[in-house]
Amino acid sequence: MNRIIAALLYAVGLPAGLLAGWWLVSDGSTSFFWPPLADIVQAFPDTWNSDRVLADVLPSLARLGIGYAAALAAGVGLGAAIGLNPRLRAFLEPALEFFRAIPPPVLVPVIALFAGYTGWTSKIVTIALGCLWPILLNTVEGVRGLDEVLLDTARSYRLRRRTRLLKVVLRGSSPQIAAGARQALSIGVILMVVSELFGANRGLGASIVQFQRTFAIPQMWTGIILLGLIGFLLSLLFRFVEHRTLAWYRGVRRADRRM
Amino acid sequence: MPAVATEAVALDVRGLQKTYSGQGPSVEAVRDLTFVVRRGELVCIVGPSGAGKTTLLRCIAGLLATSDGRITLDGVAVTGPPPGMAVVFQEYGRSLFPWMTVGQNVELPLKEKRIPKAERQRLVHAALEAVGLTDSARAHPWQLSGGMQQRVAIARAVAYEPSVLLMDEPFAAVDAQTRADLEDLVRSLWERLGVTVLFVTHDIDEAVYLGQRVLVLSNRPTVVLEDVRIDLPDRRDQLETRSLPRFTELRRHVYELIQLAKQGHRPENEGR
Amino acid sequence: MSLTASDPAAGRRTRPAAGRRTDLFLGVLGLASIVALTEILSRTRIVDPQFLPPATEMGRALLADLGRVDFWTAFGQTVRGWAIGLAIAMALGIAFGGIVGSIGFLRRATASTIEFLRPIPSVALIPLVVLIYGSRPQSALVLVVYASFWQILVQVLYGVADVDPVVRDTAHSYRFRSLTVFRTVVWPTALPYVVTGFRLAAAVALVLEITAELVIGVPGLGQLIGVAQSSAAVPETYALVIVVGVIGVAVNVFARWIERRVLRWHVSVRRDLS
Repeated sequence: MNRIIAALLYAVGLPAGLLAGWWLVSDGSTSFFWPPLADIVQAFPDTWNSDRVLADVLPSLARLGIGYAAALAAGVGLGAAIGLNPRLRAFLEPALEFFRAIPPPVLVPVIALFAGYTGWTSKIVTIALGCLWPILLNTVEGVRGLDEVLLDTARSYRLRRRTRLLKVVLRGSSPQIAAGARQALSIGVILMVVSELFGANRGLGASIVQFQRTFAIPQMWTGIILLGLIGFLLSLLFRFVEHRTLAWYRGVRRADRRM
Repeated sequence: MPAVATEAVALDVRGLQKTYSGQGPSVEAVRDLTFVVRRGELVCIVGPSGAGKTTLLRCIAGLLATSDGRITLDGVAVTGPPPGMAVVFQEYGRSLFPWMTVGQNVELPLKEKRIPKAERQRLVHAALEAVGLTDSARAHPWQLSGGMQQRVAIARAVAYEPSVLLMDEPFAAVDAQTRADLEDLVRSLWERLGVTVLFVTHDIDEAVYLGQRVLVLSNRPTVVLEDVRIDLPDRRDQLETRSLPRFTELRRHVYELIQLAKQGHRPENEGR
Repeated sequence: MSLTASDPAAGRRTRPAAGRRTDLFLGVLGLASIVALTEILSRTRIVDPQFLPPATEMGRALLADLGRVDFWTAFGQTVRGWAIGLAIAMALGIAFGGIVGSIGFLRRATASTIEFLRPIPSVALIPLVVLIYGSRPQSALVLVVYASFWQILVQVLYGVADVDPVVRDTAHSYRFRSLTVFRTVVWPTALPYVVTGFRLAAAVALVLEITAELVIGVPGLGQLIGVAQSSAAVPETYALVIVVGVIGVAVNVFARWIERRVLRWHVSVRRDLS
């Protein structure tokens, strides 16, 4: 019981302290950039009412979801195909590494050449393209690094192609794929925001910038906090899924360390 | 007792040759391996290091293409991994799938054979029981010790009900105590199930203890130096059998052959 | 048991030296093919050359850039912003991480806060930073430092946590002063993590620097890209994107090189340590 209380105190203590500190320090503040925390909190429900959530927040998240899912499917599929074929991999690797090294936000103006700035298409394509590279390259790495003995075993028991791919190759490279997916998630969030900052848009990022341009400062702060919360929740969701699917990998690492 | 070793041939290896030709000069690993394993036999293969034991095994298992020669399993030529053959690798830790439980690992090849669920469960249970791991079905391989992991690999091979069981130095990476237990396990499984076993090892004692025949290989390019018949009694026991005078004789004979092999001795009838 | 060939005891699927040469050749061929593909797609109008100009035109714009002073000024601004931001983040991350990581109470108390602040996308700060600094380089600096700091902090915390308590206690029992313990025990153990953090942070820093330049208009290559795109100078846009990509590759290569050098030195230190 004591341990639970202690753990809770540790978890909540500093954040609560910081929030309280922020509240007190900014109380009665007349600074333009740093309104009182009380004002910000008050502005929350009004700013992010159901209308805005429907018109701005959900579309942003939906675009992120679609783009990310597309990147996952393409990245894992192509990555597995490339990773299993040494020649193809050698052929494509430098080119892929180059594309990966391009800072993703730069994709926004490039895609805009094709599909403009407004609307869903260009944003989804941008997010998908930006998220693709880490997933693709990590899948290639993971597949390439699979233990030979594991693959030989699969072959010697005459496992069918589909079984080999799904149950051996992909499961075996899932730790690397997960690492790539994690990187891709942060890139996706960045692109979700940046893709809305050009041209006229509806979206979470667009709203925040609009608040800033119209000097609606407390509202802007609520937007920043909301975005932070979303980033936090997404990362939590990711960790939860990863925790469940990679439990075996943690076990292997623990066993290895004990040796 | 094993099922009577009839004249029926399970594995027929003729003129097996393997040459590695990479970017460098080509290396003739195996020159000419010709031998026969009859159904229900337990044959061991020993040879000096680098004699191509693993190459031979991988060729027979269909994992490696041969440069020349013919391998026939149950009358059918081997071109890829043949049905009816199961392999137990030396690196047990790397041949079990870590994301599956022990039970799932043993079950997987059976699923591929499209065996119905009830039958699968029965086979898995029987195999785990045979290796003494009924309690570990829900555990993951990395939770088990080395010896237990190798037992899982053996259980997986046994559940598959192969006609030939290939074992590639399966106990090389295991401590001596566990090795003795596993040797007896293989021997008892072989007796109970009547499966044909081809057992590759670098341990001379092990080969003589386990086998009905011991094929001694030369060094590179590899050929069979001699096919030694082990006429020890069928009931083998770690203490008793190993202290028999005949055991010591056979052991010494094989040891001498290996020493000759290491010095590059070739058989008199080597043709090519 | 091990899973992949990156484990030293596992079956390494390395290619022989000649195989690596073939790989290199194939790789170069791959790059050349992409260039050729761009050229063909554009010239045959399968893709509208307004959206995707032929590679030769991109190349021409690139060469023209290399002769322009404002290009090199922007280049310098980008690299400088990246480097300064990264350096500050490294210093803060190592200091903060070293102190917090070494004191159990601090580590436990800050864990939840770090876990919450870390995934906050730095782009969320863009409106704030625009308000305060406008399009001055400080805007970019804040974003770069914020994003890179977390990468390094997390790694340093891992590193400090990895210190073998037996070794540390032994050092204490010999009455080493805290600073000595830090120098001889903690630092060598944490170093590989610091270097990994550096590699991750270097990449992130470049992304944020370019983002700030592109979105806010902080002077630099990102800003040039924005200008080129809005004035419909399409080959120029692509040329600049290529330049930024090359910088990205250079940063990766540089970071990995540092990682290798440090880790090579580190292995021998680790041996002495035990």
